[in-house]
Amino acid sequence: MDMRILTNMPMPARRFKQAALLLVAVGALLTVSACREDMQNQPKYVPLRESSFFPDQRSARLPVEGTIARGQLEDDSLLYTGKVDGKESAELPFAMTAADMQRGRERYNIYCSPCHSQLGDGNGMIVQRGFKKPPSYFEPRLVQAPIGHFFNVMTRGYGAMAEYSSQVPVADRWRIAAYIRALQLTQTAKGTDVPAGVTVASHAPTEGEAPKEAK
Amino acid sequence: MAQIFHRSANSIAKASILGGLILVVGLLWAALQLQRSPYFTYAGVARPQPVPFPHQHHVAGLGIDCRYCHTTVEVSGFAGIPPTRTCMNCHSQIWTAAPMLEPVRESLRTGKSLVWTRANDLPDFVYFDHSIHVNKGVGCNTCHGRVDQMPLMYNQASLQMEWCLNCHRDPAKNLRPHYVKEDPKNPATMGDQIFNMAYQEPSDSHPVTIREGNTYKTFTSQTGPDGLGTYLAAVNHVRSPRDITSCNTCHR
Repeated sequence: MDMRILTNMPMPARRFKQAALLLVAVGALLTVSACREDMQNQPKYVPLRESSFFPDQRSARLPVEGTIARGQLEDDSLLYTGKVDGKESAELPFAMTAADMQRGRERYNIYCSPCHSQLGDGNGMIVQRGFKKPPSYFEPRLVQAPIGHFFNVMTRGYGAMAEYSSQVPVADRWRIAAYIRALQLTQTAKGTDVPAGVTVASHAPTEGEAPKEAK
Repeated sequence: MAQIFHRSANSIAKASILGGLILVVGLLWAALQLQRSPYFTYAGVARPQPVPFPHQHHVAGLGIDCRYCHTTVEVSGFAGIPPTRTCMNCHSQIWTAAPMLEPVRESLRTGKSLVWTRANDLPDFVYFDHSIHVNKGVGCNTCHGRVDQMPLMYNQASLQMEWCLNCHRDPAKNLRPHYVKEDPKNPATMGDQIFNMAYQEPSDSHPVTIREGNTYKTFTSQTGPDGLGTYLAAVNHVRSPRDITSCNTCHR
């Protein structure tokens, strides 16, 4: 642009004032919105927020390999693998209470019933939609299997079934195994198995009765 | 000297004072409405995701419990977004060739995370813990809406402070029992009611029966002295509205 044109242009002071006001307004707006940015999305990590620091962009990091946190030594073979001396255990690592069984039932219905069905016959909704049918719990092979077998399958996966150790904590896996045993008993139990004078009612727990804390 | 202003200038001046007031108030009102609107809160607006994951199909169609994927909702502040492997528990065999699921398979192959856009994203200056809400009796759909009817995920609520306070001022109106008396004809009564999307609060036509020790207790109202919510607030030790509306309950 020719400089002469610029200098010859009339530029009243009013124009400058307007421009200055506009600048202040835009500046204020930017400051306010920047403020919102900083407060709303603070430069800190919340669960699963992405990181610009690590190459894989994950803020959630794995501990150095071989790290063992306090209380995570997991040296109790029966509790953590379901095996004793390399063989699937027929014993439970802790005593099952009625509340544990109730919790086992609840967890079974959440994590297992989509495929194994609430009955345990292996005809759950996902199977009806095309997933490979798992064996029924009432097969003699599974009725005779030690309880550690069910824990082991949940922990490590089996065939088409993925492992569930990342979704279901250890104690809950044992409670589920115990509930599977109870499901198996439903097919062979007789009225005479119930002690005289005892009524068995399907009942919901009282508020706060089932163990909520997961190990 | 002639009059500068015409007679009507008086009326015009008065009218413009009133008009100015109306304009200012109107603009303020419009601004408030705008910041409450989905334009700012995204309430009811489904945002683009790497995979168009339908909660409706998985929850209502297949009957999968919320906790199957959101595993930590009962024990942690964060409900948990499932890792790719959870998807693959089923999709290793179902819809294995679906183009829509290619990002999921790619994530499994390469180990790279799927980058979802959070629908319910609270500001970072708000402390929120899922576990306390779930364990004290607030149902999932109280805040998240009928997720089982959402083909694509969106936030039902505005997630604004007035919405939080609306419940914190009177939590009893939104509390539900974990367990109700089981009805073999109705599978929804079997599990934890917090996760039952179709839970109905008690009314005269729809009483809710819960167990108390060795007996059952039936409620026909949610609020009021005989209400279920009032009862649950007491047995679950929900703190008083004065405590839970204190600033530092949520801003720590």
